[in-house]
Amino acid sequence: MVSAVMSAAEPRAVRRRAWLTNANAWLLLLPAVVLLATFTHYPILATLYHSFFSLSRGGASEFVGLENYTYMLEDDVFWQVLRNNIVFAIATVPTSIALALLMAVWVDKKMAGRSFLRLAFFTPTVLPMIAVANIWLFFYTPNYGLLDQFLKSLGFAGHNWLGDPSTVMSCLAAMVVWKEAGFFMIFYLAALQTIPPELKEAAEVEGASRWYFFRRVTLPLLMPTTLFISINALINSFKLVDQLVIMTKGGPNNASSLLLYYIYEVAFTFQDTAFAATLTVTLIAILAAVALTKFVYLDRRIHYQ
Amino acid sequence: MSEIVVNAVSKTWGGVGGVNRISFKADAGTLLVLLGPSGCGKSTTLRLIAGLEEVDSGTITIGGRDVTHLSPAQRNISMVFQSYALFPHLNVAENIIFGLRVRGVGRAERDARLRKVADIVGLSHLLERKPSQLSGGQRQRVALGRAIIAEAPVCLMDEPLSNLDAKLRHEMRTEIRSLQQRLGMTMVYVTHDQTEAMTMADRVILMRDGHIEQNGAPHELYNEPASDFTARFIGTPPMNIISWEAGAVLGIRPEHISLVENGGVPATVKAVEYLGADSIILCDVKGETVSVRQTGYCDLPTGAQVALGWQNRHIHLFDRDSGKRRAGSHLPHRGFPLNERQ
Ligand SMILES: Nc1ncnc2c1ncn2[C@@H]1O[C@H](COP(=O)(O)OP(=O)(O)OP(=O)(O)O)[C@@H](O)[C@H]1O
Ligand SMILES: [Mg+2]
Repeated sequence: MVSAVMSAAEPRAVRRRAWLTNANAWLLLLPAVVLLATFTHYPILATLYHSFFSLSRGGASEFVGLENYTYMLEDDVFWQVLRNNIVFAIATVPTSIALALLMAVWVDKKMAGRSFLRLAFFTPTVLPMIAVANIWLFFYTPNYGLLDQFLKSLGFAGHNWLGDPSTVMSCLAAMVVWKEAGFFMIFYLAALQTIPPELKEAAEVEGASRWYFFRRVTLPLLMPTTLFISINALINSFKLVDQLVIMTKGGPNNASSLLLYYIYEVAFTFQDTAFAATLTVTLIAILAAVALTKFVYLDRRIHYQ
Repeated sequence: MSEIVVNAVSKTWGGVGGVNRISFKADAGTLLVLLGPSGCGKSTTLRLIAGLEEVDSGTITIGGRDVTHLSPAQRNISMVFQSYALFPHLNVAENIIFGLRVRGVGRAERDARLRKVADIVGLSHLLERKPSQLSGGQRQRVALGRAIIAEAPVCLMDEPLSNLDAKLRHEMRTEIRSLQQRLGMTMVYVTHDQTEAMTMADRVILMRDGHIEQNGAPHELYNEPASDFTARFIGTPPMNIISWEAGAVLGIRPEHISLVENGGVPATVKAVEYLGADSIILCDVKGETVSVRQTGYCDLPTGAQVALGWQNRHIHLFDRDSGKRRAGSHLPHRGFPLNERQ
């Protein structure tokens, strides 16, 4: 009789304790879960949902299946901004990485004024994009901007840098590289300082030149950083559009518009939220694909210490 | 032949640390050990020979060639770093042939030499592994392989066995020594482990605070220490140093003291350390600790009264102030109060 009571009570106590542990864990997770769900997961799902419905100006919206997506594929502006974005990424990602690496290797050396140089390279990063865009707007201003003043002193004619579809992308790319490279330099600098100095000495004893050491040891050891930076730079090239608001508004004739800026226009200028949702889903799909490539493919091919 | 001559070399960092006017010579094809306590300048000396540090003054010649201001590559040396300095992204084979590749040695010769060296250091089955997948001892052998594949006439090693267990350390010690003799290398070997120094060296240089305390064959350092510092540094347990008449201290090795029946110096047993083959009896003699080595197991209880005796020919005398050995210190001195062992 007594033993029967005991054996029934014991598992109940154990189960109760397990339940308390679980409840405790969930309570601790709750704030983060609520925030993530409200501001990340729910909006993504809602966007996906809306992209399958027609626009509801006043009346009820109705399910239209993939109609919004077919419309998108037929939209010339969509293709243009996508092309712009790809060109922009190709122009900014490798250049800012190369520049960041160059600066990092330079300021990693023991030399006078090193801290000052590091600070100078890092400054563009701490400036807000809006401020940077205003500064560069002045550089590019036709006739009395810095660039034109300089060219005129050399005897060249002035040029409307941001007003010309053939130069506007290069101008924006140059500015973004200037802004981003300093930030990426910090990552390279940190990575360079984790490479033990004995490796350099060992290579020196073996007779390796500095260039050989850089190519065969430094670069491979920096690969994880390079990967991290390139993913970030790529995502940034789709994410950063503040400069367009200040400098070009996507013009002239959409020559400098990027995907995210186009979404902003469609949603808030043209008030077409259904189409904006469709474009957003496309953008998220592109970014997710980039992240996935890193996790499943590149990670396996890189040496991590 | 590649003898190394270091002549009046100094190197300090803002007046502190480093080495101060050291001079020595490592004969071609011999193994020279740099021995000394932590921070005495062993690594600095080695790095000066390698050219990884610039001398403040003095000259270094290798094989008769003045290399004082040449780069490490021009000195034609190989080096094993204390921390191994393996390239983490390269596998064992690539690490070992790194230098051959730098110098553009052809593939066929590279492979042949790799096979030979991998066999010597016993890594043939691990050539595909990355350093992170190796044990400490295996990594150390990779570093060793990278140094010997160069077939450089001079090989420098900085505490290459410091991270190994006792058994592996013993194996590698033998391996390095026989390799050095087989290939006829001139080797400078840094260690702070005196067992390593005594067993491997043709010549030992004992350093202290950036200068050379004594330079001699292992048996010379043991049997005729030039100072009480050497006497205390060489030997486990170290030589007993006891106050003696004014201005002098007396040194005697633990194995040269025995417990005697009659006469001798009265002492109290403080502790007994049993080491297997023998026991160390720690005794108190007028407030000073004296260790005595006895073969086999010793079961003297703590506090037991004993008498210590020794032969006068085993005595070393050192100057109290300078620590220098006194001339003729093996001879019994006038008015010697301790009993001659019967
Ligand atoms: N780069 C440096 N800058 C300043 N001082 C240094 C430097 N390298 C060595 N020293 C100093 O020089 C002295 C000798 O150093 P060294 O590395 O030669 O010692 P060591 O004999 O190899 O010691 P250990 O057995 O601990 O390796 C030390 O006092 C050290 O502080
Ligand atoms: Mg050292």
